[in-house]
Amino acid sequence: MGHPYLSLTDEERLQMLSDVGVGSVDELFVDIPSEILLKNDLEMPEGLSESELWAHGRMLAERNMSLDSNPSFLGAGVYQHLIPSAVKHVANRSEFVTAYTPYQAEISQGVLQAIFEYQTLICQLTGMDVANASLYDGATGLAEAALMAVATTRGKRVVTFESLHPDYLAVLATYLRAVDTELVVLPAKDGLADIESLKPFLNEETAAVMVQQPNFFGLLEPVDALGDLLKESPSLFVASVNPISLGILQAPSAYGADIVVGEGQPLGNPLAFGGPSFGFMAVLDKYIRRMPGRIVGQTADKNGNRGFVLTLQTREQHIRRHRATSNICTNAAHSALIGAVYLAVLGKQGLTEVATQCAQKAHYTAEQISAIPGWELVFSGSFFHEFVVKAPICAIEVERALLKEGIVGGLPLSKVYDDKKWENTMLFCVTEARTAREIEHLLQVLREVK
Amino acid sequence: MAVNQQIPLLMELGSPGRRAYYLPKLDIPSKPVDEIIPKNLIREEPASLPELSELEAVRHYTGLSRRNHGVDVGFYPLGSCTMKYNPKINEDLASLPGLAEIHPYQPEETVQGALQLMYELEQDLCEIAGLDRATLSPAAGAHGELTGLMLIKAYHEAGGEGHRDEIIVPDAAHGTNPASAAMCGYKIVEVPSDERGGVSVEHLRQVVGPNTAGLMLTNPNTLGLFDENILTITELVHDAGGLNYYDGANANAILGKCRAGDMGFDVVHFNLHKTFSTPHGGGGPGSGPIAVRDILVPFLPTPTVEKDSEDCFVLQHNRSKSIGKVKGFYGNFLVLVRAYGYMRTMGPKGLKRASEDAVLSANYIMERLKDVYNLPYDRVCMHEFVLSAVMQKKHGVTAQDIAKRLLDYNIHAPTVYFPMIVEEALMIEPTETETKAELDAFIEVMRNIAAEVLESPEKLQQAPYHTVIGRLDETQAARRPIVRWQAAETEE
Repeated sequence: MGHPYLSLTDEERLQMLSDVGVGSVDELFVDIPSEILLKNDLEMPEGLSESELWAHGRMLAERNMSLDSNPSFLGAGVYQHLIPSAVKHVANRSEFVTAYTPYQAEISQGVLQAIFEYQTLICQLTGMDVANASLYDGATGLAEAALMAVATTRGKRVVTFESLHPDYLAVLATYLRAVDTELVVLPAKDGLADIESLKPFLNEETAAVMVQQPNFFGLLEPVDALGDLLKESPSLFVASVNPISLGILQAPSAYGADIVVGEGQPLGNPLAFGGPSFGFMAVLDKYIRRMPGRIVGQTADKNGNRGFVLTLQTREQHIRRHRATSNICTNAAHSALIGAVYLAVLGKQGLTEVATQCAQKAHYTAEQISAIPGWELVFSGSFFHEFVVKAPICAIEVERALLKEGIVGGLPLSKVYDDKKWENTMLFCVTEARTAREIEHLLQVLREVK
Repeated sequence: MAVNQQIPLLMELGSPGRRAYYLPKLDIPSKPVDEIIPKNLIREEPASLPELSELEAVRHYTGLSRRNHGVDVGFYPLGSCTMKYNPKINEDLASLPGLAEIHPYQPEETVQGALQLMYELEQDLCEIAGLDRATLSPAAGAHGELTGLMLIKAYHEAGGEGHRDEIIVPDAAHGTNPASAAMCGYKIVEVPSDERGGVSVEHLRQVVGPNTAGLMLTNPNTLGLFDENILTITELVHDAGGLNYYDGANANAILGKCRAGDMGFDVVHFNLHKTFSTPHGGGGPGSGPIAVRDILVPFLPTPTVEKDSEDCFVLQHNRSKSIGKVKGFYGNFLVLVRAYGYMRTMGPKGLKRASEDAVLSANYIMERLKDVYNLPYDRVCMHEFVLSAVMQKKHGVTAQDIAKRLLDYNIHAPTVYFPMIVEEALMIEPTETETKAELDAFIEVMRNIAAEVLESPEKLQQAPYHTVIGRLDETQAARRPIVRWQAAETEE
């Protein structure tokens, strides 16, 4: 019987076997020791037709609650923003989608130029000198930044704060444990990095100080003070930033970051249950040869025409093998392309507006929630588009009550922190995608929970 | 615009004040920005992003896409990359709002379909690997390698064998293998290949020992050859107390024919963006799940997907011996969706036939090219094979020149100069999704190029001719890196 996506006919198979000089396809597998050659088919469901697969896929999709049709106040690392229709139309052109990493530059100018432009856009957003072509995501991007700082400074310790996203902290811990590098997690005070506690660690033993802006609780960290403190220090200043926030917030270059990383999902990528998305990384010029991942550079052909190629490849695993700056090969080029198209379509004013509307709507909602008797903001600091509130009852109960009304989130912090003190707390995110009506609906439900 | 016309950079387009997108009006009471964000944290100047119309942006990217080769554009025999057709229905599945627009922190009862899909995919991968459990977290093959090595390390440490600090890697291995081992703090011990292209068992015997943490191997290897001594090799490592890691980059050769677990491997990664047809996107996102033997299960990264007593699917975050998290959230879910669609479509018989056709297609091309190009290991190959351009080099034509000439025929070049143990290597992987006519056309072009080498080698040295741009100077790019557009350079 035939199978989709296989293009040989039975007659062609016979012809080809005869041209190869074998009697059957089994003869091509003679090198496999007979004791491990499978005698039976794999135990998996038999193949479906396209229409059967579609019906099955839709059934699975319907068992999920799509945030396309239900308003959500979840953020915590993955954010729902309005995505212009043009973004997916051009990014999903199959010439982009079905290409491999652009090893053959002369027939890959589309992807290469798009990545070169992406690198430029990331530099413009962050104020940094150079960006790579992407990493897997924000969490692994931060871990790569830590390894890069360790290799650059030869320090043996990486320092961060409790206000970092718990998943990022977990990934960082996993990566650093593998290379026996110490991870110090300093306390957060009133939700913010406790800078005083950092002072004893400011020495050459510390490869990097890493901070998230806005932090996991949505709060704006004292990055200026951190930058001042780190200016004279041998440790690298690593900032993990939300790219949308840069529509309104200071560029990390302005506060002295050496390495800037972040999660690219907010830039036009779907929620996707948390992946795929992309991690971005931008650094000062002097660190370019320490940077992990692909980098696209400009060059010319023999007639002087401008063209683009993968460059500085001697940093990479396929050349340098175990001395490479990272093992990364496949990164997240297409998610990064989506990010670049999003920035191109939103443009200078559009991005500022998105960031501003996020901040306005979040602040309005926070004010309204904290006006409900029994509800209060947990932290006193300024925030961007996320904030933590304390409910009069267990936050899981609130989540349930909201869900009954078709509203998803905020996030009960007891889901990510074990400590009992978080039991009644919830992290809310309000982006430009939420309407006044949806916010009002949220407030109504919150007013009624008991 | 003609395809071969240069396209200005995004930053060279647009006009101040032009916009492609407008948000709905702010429908809640607002405050001055400096009342909600401290002044010192507010950006002074907006980032100098492009200012385009929607049509301008669409034309720009459409123009770029036309300057790019993909599987949908033409033949792509890039060795070790398995550039098979990426089925369209799987793209449709991945854009269903019920799969694409779900948040990782939604209550579990609202994502049962997603968790079921992950659960079933894990079962399929374990069956294909012949192993016990899998994690879907790793975002790419190299990420799977790193994760797998962390498991090996955790296993040895738990068994009081933490001193084992060596990973054995064959000289023909992918560069990611030693790079991943280094990221895991291991020393790399290289083992040479024998004259048949397999691991030199004699050398392996000498290097395995009390410090061996494990061996990393691709089988079929990067020469496209199945290692006949595989059972001896994995046994040697096990006997020395080490574990075996299977780099699944070449798994497209053996689906349903044999299994890594049965070969003696303890941990395996699959590249879903190779073997299981998910598109490579110009360099990702991919997905690199790993399957493991029972002894490694306690160390798997969190979370895992479990089925509880009431047939509900749950994410298990607390596992006492786990190495921890290796990626934010749960892996590249929408890539998993596509691979799941592919497996459900192919079924066990289709997967097996895919491997058979991939192997047949590779052997067919190899047989018909080996008289005009050197074939360093002349034996039955698996899904790919490696030619050498040493004969052509005598005429001043390199593997690189041949690769560039192929581009003139709307064919992506094979992988060149890899594996490093073959001089002037051309690694060719046709996959199972090409027609015989396409394979024949490739053979003819390769033969024509071989003839051209004898007639006019200088012509090849300047190739390509029919691409949107001539051969690019990579040396210049690396010597004086220009890695972003800067306003000053164009203001003349």
